[in-house]
Amino acid sequence: MLRKLFRFKGGVEPVTHKSASAQAPIGKHPLPSQLILPLHQNVGARAIPCVRVGETVLKGQRIGAADGWISAAVHAPTSGKVLAIEDRLATHPSGLSTLSVIIEPDGLDTWIERRPLDYATLAPDEVRKALRDAGIVGLGGAVFPTHAKLSAAKSTAMEFVVINGAECEPFVTCDDLLMRERAEDIVHGASIFRDLLEPRRVLIGIEDNKPEAAVAMRRAVETLGFDFEVVVVPTRYPTGAAKQLIRVLTGKEIPSTRRSPEMGVQCFNVGTAYSTWRFVAFGEPLISRIVTLTGNVKIAGNWETLIGTPFGEFVAIGCPKPDTGGFLMGGPMMGFEIPGLSAPVVKACNCVIVAATPLFPPPRPEMPCIRCGACAHVCPHELQPFELYRFSRAKKFDKTIKLSIDECIECGCCAYVCPSRIPLVRYFRFAKSEIAARRKETEKAAATRFRIEGRKKRDERMKAEKAERLQKATAKTSGAGDADATKRALIEAAVERARLQRETQAAKNAETAGNRETALEKNPAVRPNDVAG
Amino acid sequence: MSRDRIHTMRFISPPYLSQNKSVRSLMVKVLLALLPGVAVYACLIGPAILLQMVIASATALFAEAAMLKLRGKPLGPFLSDGSALVTSWLIALTFPPIAPWWLTVSGALIAIVIAKHLYGGLGQNPFNPAMVAFAACIVSFPALMSQWPSVTLDTRFTDQILAVLGLSRNLDALTSATPLDALKTALRISPETPIATMLSDTKIYGLAGGRAWECVAAAYFLGGLWLLRCKVIRWHAPAGFLFGVVALSAACWFFDPGRFASPLFHTFSGGVLLGAFFIVTDPVSGCASDMGKMIFGFSAGILAYTIRVFGGYPDGVAFSVLILNVCAPLIDLLTRPPVFGMKKK
Amino acid sequence: MNIIDSVLVAVAVMTLGAAFIGAVLGWASARFRVEGNPLVDKIESALPQTQCGQCGFPGCRAYAEAISSGAPINLCPPGGEAGARKLADLLGREIPVSGVVEKPPQVAEIDEASCIGCTLCIQACPVDAIVGAAKQLHTVVGSICTGCERCAASCPAECIRMRTIPETIDNWKWKPPVFEIRRFA
Repeated sequence: MLRKLFRFKGGVEPVTHKSASAQAPIGKHPLPSQLILPLHQNVGARAIPCVRVGETVLKGQRIGAADGWISAAVHAPTSGKVLAIEDRLATHPSGLSTLSVIIEPDGLDTWIERRPLDYATLAPDEVRKALRDAGIVGLGGAVFPTHAKLSAAKSTAMEFVVINGAECEPFVTCDDLLMRERAEDIVHGASIFRDLLEPRRVLIGIEDNKPEAAVAMRRAVETLGFDFEVVVVPTRYPTGAAKQLIRVLTGKEIPSTRRSPEMGVQCFNVGTAYSTWRFVAFGEPLISRIVTLTGNVKIAGNWETLIGTPFGEFVAIGCPKPDTGGFLMGGPMMGFEIPGLSAPVVKACNCVIVAATPLFPPPRPEMPCIRCGACAHVCPHELQPFELYRFSRAKKFDKTIKLSIDECIECGCCAYVCPSRIPLVRYFRFAKSEIAARRKETEKAAATRFRIEGRKKRDERMKAEKAERLQKATAKTSGAGDADATKRALIEAAVERARLQRETQAAKNAETAGNRETALEKNPAVRPNDVAG
Repeated sequence: MSRDRIHTMRFISPPYLSQNKSVRSLMVKVLLALLPGVAVYACLIGPAILLQMVIASATALFAEAAMLKLRGKPLGPFLSDGSALVTSWLIALTFPPIAPWWLTVSGALIAIVIAKHLYGGLGQNPFNPAMVAFAACIVSFPALMSQWPSVTLDTRFTDQILAVLGLSRNLDALTSATPLDALKTALRISPETPIATMLSDTKIYGLAGGRAWECVAAAYFLGGLWLLRCKVIRWHAPAGFLFGVVALSAACWFFDPGRFASPLFHTFSGGVLLGAFFIVTDPVSGCASDMGKMIFGFSAGILAYTIRVFGGYPDGVAFSVLILNVCAPLIDLLTRPPVFGMKKK
Repeated sequence: MNIIDSVLVAVAVMTLGAAFIGAVLGWASARFRVEGNPLVDKIESALPQTQCGQCGFPGCRAYAEAISSGAPINLCPPGGEAGARKLADLLGREIPVSGVVEKPPQVAEIDEASCIGCTLCIQACPVDAIVGAAKQLHTVVGSICTGCERCAASCPAECIRMRTIPETIDNWKWKPPVFEIRRFA
């Protein structure tokens, strides 16, 4: 069964450094002394805390409820006491803080009542909602809520579900080990995605540097009797990026302007499939994940780690060597430096690399761009990074948008090959975040203008209404016309009465002149009628 | 909380890995690829080329250092990047080896000061600096720029050195025109003689493109192939350039073999092969996309042939490259490749 | 043909040509006339639309009209340096040397203890970002507030303060690399 593979343009082949951490089986990371659970661990809205400080929580109990559809819940990874709900250092390149729930484990690790999801009888929407409340998000690093990816487009029939086991980043081996050891759970998880999306085929893509994982996955597919296809793809960074893997397996190219289901494809990481199955079959929400610990450590390997474990306690298990110069989260191509060891392991954390100078030499001086075109040649999205760089640097963001900076996936291939050592990705991130901020501002400005215009109209309408009311009132007192001569006498009498009334009124008015002046100032529109009356 | 912050600022931005390539390594490879050509040149045409290269390099490096100092840029990384050396070597190789020393010096100064640094230094120059120098000098000193050592006379090294230093008394005895110039003159003098008869004089024209010159061209060609193999340059621009020259010369040759030389002659004469691999491949002043490179090379080839055959100058590589440098941004704009997922099916 | 003739012919040709081109241009300017003043629209869209009046003109539209007839482009604090640059690019003008009054983005905040419920700020707010009723505590809807400071000026109890929006993970932006090449020299 040989599938015709496609190629994406560009890409690079860095040294993979994978063997160090792929030797030992997945270990279980011990219970840390404290768990820090940021409430915002997904793309979309932050979860709303639903426990109180001092409350005792059980393992798997929901501590943060999903807020809206593009959001995901957060759960207590072990039983214990809620110490605080406060801002803590976030696992984020900014080094800023984020609202987190801090739990002190009681050491008992008592599960909350676990109920498997009877997903065969539930409506698909119920299943999606359950997945949202189980906190299942994409574990490849993007942490997009999985349930939100599980709806097919109305216009296009689903053709492929792609299960991503490519894992193209150097150093990272968590998916490799997961596929080797827990292949059946992954395949079960894929079958849930299939049931919800009903594609024609399910393809499982694995890079050819992970033969053991491919064998294990094939065996699992056969044992379970699914007609999924395990496809071995050539090792080439960034094959593991969703769009590139989809291109390699199906030949489809998904632009940033469209969602992949609109083109009949959807892609999930193997870790996501695994967590989905753990929840569906065993009722376990997403409270732990496999994290690779490698680099400058004595013991490299993969650990099943509770979400919320502080990095300090996590890296201690590998015994970092004394010349350590920093800690990177994620792979060396797209990861970032952990802002501090008190930051916690989060759902997005697939790998921690203990960095040291021999592994990551300090950057050499940035030279001017010589337009050699090496970056354009390796860009998997076929952009012109050297031009994007020029405009990003000059802050001409409109030009960068025209050159499709939105398509950039920040894979780092361009900066990897740049002979001038320009931190291209950094420039693009700068441009992209400025563009995002401006788009937000433009949106807000449009809303503001709408409100201002609305207010103006309302003011005018109120003014007009008031004027109308007063006119009516005046009309009543002054009479309706001279149609009937017999009525004239009556009217004259009325006018006379009114004159008398006015006179008495004027006297009264003189007393309350001060009051009326303020009233006039408050609403000057009243003035003409008032005088006439 | 800030106590455990470990931002080292060493990790400015991902990726934290990089390929072991630098501007310097690229330039050094270009210099290495020029070496076979230089060696053959020195052996067969004039050892004075070595002296010229020393003069040009020294001037270029000095000018580079002075300009960097004036612009307040660090000397270390820029002086050692090798770009000034590449420029100076190209100047030495395109100037006559027995040109007086001050001509080479002014060429190098024009290239580095005017064509490179006044436009903003490395990576900013819209024109190929070596070609600017060549064009400026051939326009200003046409006689000196067309005095080439005679291949047939076996000039001695000392005589050449004296010529460079401006001390030679019998300069005219040493020199002759380049094969291209000679052919042009011969065609003008005797329009009736078929070109094949003229070219059969192997003393001047050798096997193809000029005695000794075809060997130098072949050496450049080998160096260029090595650059292609090392992925320092891409094949599009050289292929386009050679195709442009060959296509047009072949067309003219078929049209009237009596008046026009063969494509083989044109490929191996003058600066065509040097230009194809070392001049139109200049990334800074050239096109960026593969398609653009091809168009750039092809147009430069057509222009080079046209200028050389129908124009007033003996060779047209420099002028054609300069003209195409002007067009490069436009070509880039028109040949921007489609982005992933946005191709028209 | 003698010289006089050829001069006459040349003059005639030039005159006819000029007349023809003039006619075409005149027709085109009438045929393709653009209604309104698109420049004012463009300027207005480059302004931040906070309608705060800090520039001294009543609202962004008025300021845009003023700019198009020569008012300086650095009077808009909410737009800041970036806004002025946009205007400079649009109009081909230089930003005045004095620079722009740069203010970080901010929102109004009502000190609940001293609010007297006078509704004056509600009337002053051009975007209806303040909710409340007479003799009731007022509050600012932060996501709508444009930070124009009109309410702060209107409050008789001086209980409205402007608070700078702090940097959070949601509004954090990547900075451009400050990569001093000198450092390595």
